[in-house]
Amino acid sequence: MAEVTMVAALNAALRDALAADPRTLVFGEDVGALGGVFRVTEGLQAEFGGERVFDTPIAEAGIAGICIGLAMAGWRPIAEMQFDGFSYPALDQVISHLAKYRQRTRGRVGVPAVIRIPSFGGIKGKEHHGESPETYYAHTAGLKVVVPSTPLDAYRLLRRSIDDPDPVIFLEPKSRYWSKEDGDLTAEGPGIGLARVLREGGACVVIAYGAMVGRCLEAATALAADGIETAVLDLRSLVPLDVAAIGDAVRSTGRAIVVHEAPLTLGMGAEIVARIVEGAFDHLEAPVARVTGPDVPYPPASLEQRYLPSVERICNAVRTVVAY
Amino acid sequence: MTEIASTDAPIVRLVAPDGSVVGDVEVGLSDDERRELLRLMIRSRRLDRECWALQRQGELTVYPPFEGQEAAQVGSAFALGPDDFVFPSFRELAAAVVRGVDVVEYLQYHRGTWHGGPYDPIASRFAPICVPVATQIVHAVGWAMGSTLDGSTACSLAYFGDGSASEGDFHEGANLAAVFGAPAILFCQNNGWAISVPSHRQFAAPIADRAAGYGMPGVRVDGNDVLAVYAVTREAVRRARAGEGPTLIEAVTYRIGSHSTADDAARYRDEAEVTAWRERDPIDRYRSYLLGAGTIDDAFVRGCENEAEAWVGDIRTELTALGEPPASEIFDHAFADPPPTLLAQREELLGDG
Repeated sequence: MAEVTMVAALNAALRDALAADPRTLVFGEDVGALGGVFRVTEGLQAEFGGERVFDTPIAEAGIAGICIGLAMAGWRPIAEMQFDGFSYPALDQVISHLAKYRQRTRGRVGVPAVIRIPSFGGIKGKEHHGESPETYYAHTAGLKVVVPSTPLDAYRLLRRSIDDPDPVIFLEPKSRYWSKEDGDLTAEGPGIGLARVLREGGACVVIAYGAMVGRCLEAATALAADGIETAVLDLRSLVPLDVAAIGDAVRSTGRAIVVHEAPLTLGMGAEIVARIVEGAFDHLEAPVARVTGPDVPYPPASLEQRYLPSVERICNAVRTVVAY
Repeated sequence: MTEIASTDAPIVRLVAPDGSVVGDVEVGLSDDERRELLRLMIRSRRLDRECWALQRQGELTVYPPFEGQEAAQVGSAFALGPDDFVFPSFRELAAAVVRGVDVVEYLQYHRGTWHGGPYDPIASRFAPICVPVATQIVHAVGWAMGSTLDGSTACSLAYFGDGSASEGDFHEGANLAAVFGAPAILFCQNNGWAISVPSHRQFAAPIADRAAGYGMPGVRVDGNDVLAVYAVTREAVRRARAGEGPTLIEAVTYRIGSHSTADDAARYRDEAEVTAWRERDPIDRYRSYLLGAGTIDDAFVRGCENEAEAWVGDIRTELTALGEPPASEIFDHAFADPPPTLLAQREELLGDG
């Protein structure tokens, strides 16, 4: 047992994947000698060489586009977009090709690529460094969208994403990069498409992913002090979405809150609430509440904690739903 | 090196429009191979015209004709080896014919029975048809990088048009190729028109001139001179195999037809321009040259035409006999392992679980 940060866990996942499969490649902006702006690729170029771990020009469409060609040549690309806000120039390649290539080739050519994107807010970043791009990808058929919330699960999910036969958009919650967790790194355990219950509780379930999972656990602890036992469901992947686990949690509590950093309108919360209504309507004791960012562009560093769902807002939402 | 009317930039030309020799035509092809080039151009044009007819008869949804560009496509594709990989745009049926792509499978794209590459892209070394223009350039560069990583000498060739050269992906692909020394050939068919916009509204300098800015050789070739196209592509292939990196080729040609069967070029261009380009027809030119050189006779040409007629007839028969694809294909190829949420949608739509 050892304590690892999420950065160290992700770094280990990449190292272990590069060691396990000589066809894997890691590339992106500043991922070589520097080891990435967040150091997730630290030491990998020295260990595996500049042919398998390499810097690219600042060309995000190019980075996503060469994934297609490399995959057609039999390689397994693991690309890094430096920041969420810089992933947008690659959207044409991601939407038009990465997501569709298996279908466009009638199943003959899959693209087993992973695109890692440091995402979401909470690190006092400059503008374009705090984006929540998950629904752009989740709404694009053909992609899987994975969001870890803790270091050990980040290791597991990244290994599983790299092994996946289809393209995976891997959104790393950068505000959790330096969070720590005790335990052994292993790829075994629940794979992509399975949510996990991080805390049991009968009064209400709080559904979240990424960095918001930690805040929801904090909120649950605070609520427990007042005798409100709140379950916390970590979705882990947005595509596939574990609709069964969402339904189970709602059926056992009758009350649900969805929490995400992204703006309210047409965020993941909209889909999750729709799924709850479709599958567990008869079990609802109260309307489902959403605690999210407002429908505005992400604010500057000094205001971001007013924007992000706070423990207090989550607690208030739970109290309201429980009191309904 | 001579000049063409539209710009003063130098251009490689070996055979003039009247079939006379104006350069070194000893490009390393046997007489059989020279005859094969003509045969491929004749059958490609016959196929192209059949596709137009098939569309008008309701057998294809939309079709983008390539008439006038036979030399650009046949000459370049003929210069590739069996392990090399082509990344086409959407008007490269003649190149597909040269590469031996199953034409009936290819035309299922235009029949509307499937997207992208209904043929086997890996087996035929011919990537899916690519409509978001210039995106395929980056794919070709990635493939070439992968080839180098494998220690292979195989190269890739990306076809794109004059309009595509305005896209950002052209720049990103060209720059990546040059920086990584990738064995990729960036082959632009400058056919004068990007739907209704003439090439002088796409760029203010010859595309080939951009190569210097990326740090690779650029060559401008008469795209209606099949021997010249073959020669410059062959040199690009040689460079790629030798580890000398990418080459940018601008083949100056002309789209005789409309952009597609859904377009009407008469709305935006002067018929006199089309007439002038018909006088530079790539097949007439090459046939005149071969006849003059004594490599072929009229009987050979008639033989090619008859063979093309029969071949196209078989394609028509096979294509028009095709039924609708099964509806299950809507779901079959989205994921290797479709998630439960998708399986539920499949069951709801198809009712077959």
